[in-house]
Amino acid sequence: MSSPKRAVVVPGDVLDGEGLKPGVGTFSEGGQIYASLLGIKRERDGYVDVVPVGGRYIPREGDLVIGKVIDLGPSHWLVDLNGPHPSPLRVNEVPWKVDFGDTARYLDVEDAVLVKIISLDETKRVIITMKDRSTRKLTQGRIVEISHARVPRVIGNQGSMISLIEDFTDTRMFVGQNGRIWIDGEIDDVVHAVTAIEMIESDAHVHGLTDAVRDFLETTYGKAE
Amino acid sequence: MVEVVHELTRTHIQRLAEMGKRIDGRDLEEHRPLTVEKGYIESAEGSARVHLGATDLLVGVKMELGSPYADRPESGVLIVVAELRPGASPTFELGPPKPPAIELARVVDRGIRSTDTVDVSKLGIEPGEKVWLLFVDIHILDYEGNLFDAGNYAALAALMNTTIPNATKLGEGKDAPLEVKHQPISVTAAKIGETIFIDPSLEEERIADARLTVVTDEKGHIRAMQKGLTGSFTVDEVNQVVALSQKIGKEIRKTIAEA
Amino acid sequence: MAETPKLIDSKGKRLDGRKANELRPLTIEAGTLKRADGSAYLEWGNNKVMAAVYGPRECHPRHMAHPARALVRVTYNMASFSVGDRKRPGPDRRSTEISKVTSEAFASVVFLEQFPRSSIDVFVEILQADAGTRVAALTAVAVALADAGIPMKSLLAGVAFGKIGGTVVLDLGKDEDNYGEADVPLAIIPRTEEIVLLQMDGDLTAKEFQKGMKMAIAAAKEIYEVQKDALKRRYAVSVEALEAEEGAEEELKEETVEEEA
Repeated sequence: MSSPKRAVVVPGDVLDGEGLKPGVGTFSEGGQIYASLLGIKRERDGYVDVVPVGGRYIPREGDLVIGKVIDLGPSHWLVDLNGPHPSPLRVNEVPWKVDFGDTARYLDVEDAVLVKIISLDETKRVIITMKDRSTRKLTQGRIVEISHARVPRVIGNQGSMISLIEDFTDTRMFVGQNGRIWIDGEIDDVVHAVTAIEMIESDAHVHGLTDAVRDFLETTYGKAE
Repeated sequence: MVEVVHELTRTHIQRLAEMGKRIDGRDLEEHRPLTVEKGYIESAEGSARVHLGATDLLVGVKMELGSPYADRPESGVLIVVAELRPGASPTFELGPPKPPAIELARVVDRGIRSTDTVDVSKLGIEPGEKVWLLFVDIHILDYEGNLFDAGNYAALAALMNTTIPNATKLGEGKDAPLEVKHQPISVTAAKIGETIFIDPSLEEERIADARLTVVTDEKGHIRAMQKGLTGSFTVDEVNQVVALSQKIGKEIRKTIAEA
Repeated sequence: MAETPKLIDSKGKRLDGRKANELRPLTIEAGTLKRADGSAYLEWGNNKVMAAVYGPRECHPRHMAHPARALVRVTYNMASFSVGDRKRPGPDRRSTEISKVTSEAFASVVFLEQFPRSSIDVFVEILQADAGTRVAALTAVAVALADAGIPMKSLLAGVAFGKIGGTVVLDLGKDEDNYGEADVPLAIIPRTEEIVLLQMDGDLTAKEFQKGMKMAIAAAKEIYEVQKDALKRRYAVSVEALEAEEGAEEELKEETVEEEA
């Protein structure tokens, strides 16, 4: 039985990928492509993929993610990325000159950091950096966690959803690929921004999601000029 | 296993608390939605499943024949056990019950025992030889905070739903409903900074300074208490929590009775 | 010892009215727990089962971690109130054995090499036990693993067959299990019909075994449909969301084109 073009597929489902190559979330056996993940089948650029709908965040090279410092050593910090394993952030990957044993002065347990995944080695060990231009320590604001699978929805087309929320609530937001979202602003505004994110995360407003979020924001803040 | 909380989350919750607000938008005296389903497990003599917000737990009451305690040869035996099953939280681990599970079982037990909710003297069969053992097993399915209250509600609801298996297990007489004489209700408050609120969620529980559980009966009398965590309460604050427990307990008692 | 009840009548009808190759009613719901990475709740006959998956995550204790692949650990547990006589909490020899063979069954379908040094921990709770709890657990675990986004070659379907009153039947009920002559719990990959868990006790001829296997494989495909349906129901709304998003994308394109024109 083959699957239609847009469908939820489960591991082991045959993917009708006529002339397509097996992509993410798939495997091939005996010339046939199968889903290896629960997700949504997608055909794009000559590949058939399965876009995951849930589960844990799995780190990918190039992702910008929000990490939480959970431990430290004399020349590294251990950062939880919401993925399978915490990753060491080494002193040579931060923008500061850190003396041996002086790590706590720069980042401490419970601190939040915006880091970039530079690479994964052959055993999936994750190398992260804070030397990239877009990375930094997050010193104020609030962090909420959503499923990593919902990240595209929170961002919206070309960032449309996130700028809608930022504009109304007068907050600054950053959405990590690992499902952690940082929001900074006046405390009441942050609360409203979180409510908007929760609307997006729940499945209550699938159709007209943007309108529902705008309605909520307009009710709270009045219509945009 | 300990979960590290974001410093930013901690500060955010603390700042909200200073303003008398909560992270999920609830009022300070507002508990999460409570649903009680009695008779969920047919293999138990009594049972109830309770959702308190996203906290989800199940209590099963089992009645078995056994020996009485030497000092109370005519009475049945009430035993409350709690299991923090590792499926319910990434912080729960396999292995024998650890202090948090034992504290939970004992606090739930205390509310039931001190009120004589179940009259164990009526559960004797042959003095010194054979009595009913009444096991109240608390099984956590999903841990999202405040197990003390959810456990108390489910235990009471399960007892109200219990049938003494006279015919099936003893072979004498007819199965009969277990008499539940009182309805002790637990209300737990947490304190962050100077702010006190009830029914802490997981996020709130993780950063709370102090916690106080007060169990009241239908007359509003205090029947069990337990203070937890490293912070402190003033006498006035304790009185405030007692008053809250009386008030909110009344409403919850009704919900459980009607379930 | 009580007298053995008549488990099957001359017309091939069983105590609960089922035919020889008929399953007890089965319902599954995916994603029932909030904390777990994946979960499933299942009712099968009078069995009530909850499965929770955590992982892939850091493997504890560390010395059990494999440098090149993930470890799948299924812990099967019966709630103390799940059976007639209260079960003492904690693992016993039976649950330890079931946990081991179930873990091995799933290790055969999970793409373990994608998660070096990790563990995929599965906790399955029998909340109410009828007969066939291990295959009910297995069927629930497969759905919970998929719900947790764990990559697999396939779902597994658990099913048992046995023999009552000299007749080979599917999916033994409680009395059939107590008084029957054989019980064969299985885990099957529905698509390839491979067997990844097999236990047996009792007395069967080779012919009876072959007959039972045929029934079990047909049943596994039936069970597989219920599993798939549970997962697809849970995420049907995600498809709509994706379509809505893409719709918006296309609208946006059209608008841009109009502006340019």
